[in-house]
Amino acid sequence: MSSTAMSTTTAGLPLAPQPVASPGYWQGVWKRLRRDPVTLACGGILLLMLFAILAAPLLAPADPFQTSMLRRLRPVGTPNYILGSDELGRDMLTRLLYGGRLSWFIGITPVVIAFGVGGLLGIVAGFAGGWVNMLIMRVTDVFYAFPSVLLAVAISGALGAGVFNAILSLTLVFIPQIIRVAESTTTSVRNLDYVEAARGSGAGAMSIVRVHILPNVLGPIFVYATSLISVSMIIASGLSFLGLGTKPPEAEWGLMLNTLRSAIYSQPLLAMLPGLCIFVTSMCFNLVSDGLRAAMDVRN
Amino acid sequence: MASPAALLSRPLPDVGGPAQPLLSVRGLTKHFPLKGGLLNRTRGVVQAVDDVSFDLRKGETLGIVGESGCGKSTTSRLIMALMEPTAGEVIFDGQTVGPGGLSMKEYRRQVQMVFQDSYASLNPRLTIEESIAYSPQVHGLSRRTAIERAHELLAAVGLEPGQFARRYPHELSGGQRQRINIARALVLRPRLIILDEPVSALDKSVEAQVLNLLMDLKEQYGLTYLFISHDLNVVQYMSDRVLVMYLGRVAEFGPVEAIYAKAAHPYTAALLDSRPSMDPDRRRTEPPLSGDPPNPVNPPSGCRFRTRCLHAEDVCAATVPPLAEAGEDHRAACLVHSPGSGHSKAMPHAA
Ligand SMILES: Nc1ncnc2c1ncn2[C@@H]1O[C@H](COP(=O)(O)OP(=O)(O)O)[C@@H](O)[C@H]1O
Ligand SMILES: [Mg+2]
Repeated sequence: MSSTAMSTTTAGLPLAPQPVASPGYWQGVWKRLRRDPVTLACGGILLLMLFAILAAPLLAPADPFQTSMLRRLRPVGTPNYILGSDELGRDMLTRLLYGGRLSWFIGITPVVIAFGVGGLLGIVAGFAGGWVNMLIMRVTDVFYAFPSVLLAVAISGALGAGVFNAILSLTLVFIPQIIRVAESTTTSVRNLDYVEAARGSGAGAMSIVRVHILPNVLGPIFVYATSLISVSMIIASGLSFLGLGTKPPEAEWGLMLNTLRSAIYSQPLLAMLPGLCIFVTSMCFNLVSDGLRAAMDVRN
Repeated sequence: MASPAALLSRPLPDVGGPAQPLLSVRGLTKHFPLKGGLLNRTRGVVQAVDDVSFDLRKGETLGIVGESGCGKSTTSRLIMALMEPTAGEVIFDGQTVGPGGLSMKEYRRQVQMVFQDSYASLNPRLTIEESIAYSPQVHGLSRRTAIERAHELLAAVGLEPGQFARRYPHELSGGQRQRINIARALVLRPRLIILDEPVSALDKSVEAQVLNLLMDLKEQYGLTYLFISHDLNVVQYMSDRVLVMYLGRVAEFGPVEAIYAKAAHPYTAALLDSRPSMDPDRRRTEPPLSGDPPNPVNPPSGCRFRTRCLHAEDVCAATVPPLAEAGEDHRAACLVHSPGSGHSKAMPHAA
């Protein structure tokens, strides 16, 4: 193209060059995620699972509570019982689909609540500093001193069995952990020069939190929370396994693992299925969390 | 009352006339309590800045030099009012900052800072134009006007707005980022800019470009600089007057030519001697500085430099050296220059 043509069309004014705009932050994250096959595969598996358990009433071939004394412990691959049947003759595939609903629910709900409550408290502690920080963090430390599993078992034991109590105890376990991460992330961001520069230009606390703190701490706190989902699912299953979570005849992977325990020698594959579900789900959540962490780092 | 856009298009007016210092620092002191151990008890204090006083004249560049950890950054943060001083005050163009004087917001408009770490000083989630346009919006400009202002300043620091405005900090080089930090410091049209080691993290070739840009901008915008560095050559190049700090205190203060020609304080002499030089004529008789500075938690009594000083005598441990006259407009905190101090090299009586 010729420069004379350009200058005549713009009446002597040079054309302003098109501004170079970089893709936004989330576009960049997505671009990096797309190049990460492991995270994509795990995310795909999780989405499929989520779809399957949500559509359980449509997909399940049988009634999850329909027992049959005559058809107990059918092996995997039996006609009409694709994944076999459990110790009370209930269809295994159906039980796994419905069980996934509870397992996911008990696994994710505490993390979501803890993300909200712990994230808020941690950010407040980190940003406020001083005695507010002292108060929040000292209380947190008391809870944090106990191992997660022990704390969950202790709280659940005290509250009694049941889905609600299991969620409550897991939430209480995760809140201090998220507070700690949120507090340390916020403290380190608060001390960065760009926050100092914002303070030095006269910005108020609310504006600084909204523009400079939140966008830079929510990502890391969120990634940490996603890494807790796998732990949460395993502990939730553990609680059910110990009789502290879901109660029979409810279908839940941890509880199913417990009730099928006696069949481990006669039908090992069948007995392992709920465990396999727990393992695959929590591993996928973990890998997705790792992938997300890497993708959210702009320097990658 | 003028609109914020009009106000932010030029600096606030000079109040006290050219003879009045732009900034007077009086007895500025910052002691950090050192906590730790059981129950978080205070186990001592870091005397980061101790009784520092100086005047900054309108339109000058005052260089502050000293080894890492001597309190340069703490001094700049105190002046920026980013932390509370333990003691002392800062007077801006004859006015105290706070009730009865300049409001904090007015003060912040007039004093801006450029930090050493160009990456940490930019919010990674904001585009370049958003970063620069943030503070004008804090001061009441509309987003559109603030962005326009940001583009003007990008051009002023030598970055094509069309090419850089919508990019993110991590996509740029250290030198480009530091130019953006300079643009951000300028956008409120301040009268004083504190430059805390602005080129220390840059390559030598980029360093020279940024230093020259700073000189040009100073001229163009009528600025006064407080230029902090540990690099003696850079300070010599930039400054009109130099303040040498040692372990939180002022060691020497005077015109750049006088200090670089004949340092009055043994610490300055040792510092100047320890820098690499191509010029054999500039070799000095003092041996270069050895060892690390002492711990600022328990600094030496009397003169803080005495533990590394060739001329140290018993009297140096007993007396805190006052800033004594060492030439015209030139003072040094050394007993040798303090008549009647009792040091064997000092004049016996006040003249
Ligand atoms: N927030 C703080 N808390 C405790 N000590 C600090 C803090 N900031 C700086 N210091 C200490 O104060 C001294 C001076 O630090 P600084 O002003 O950063 O020195 P410089 O910028 O000259 O390298 C150092 O000993 C440093 O460890
Ligand atoms: Mg420093």
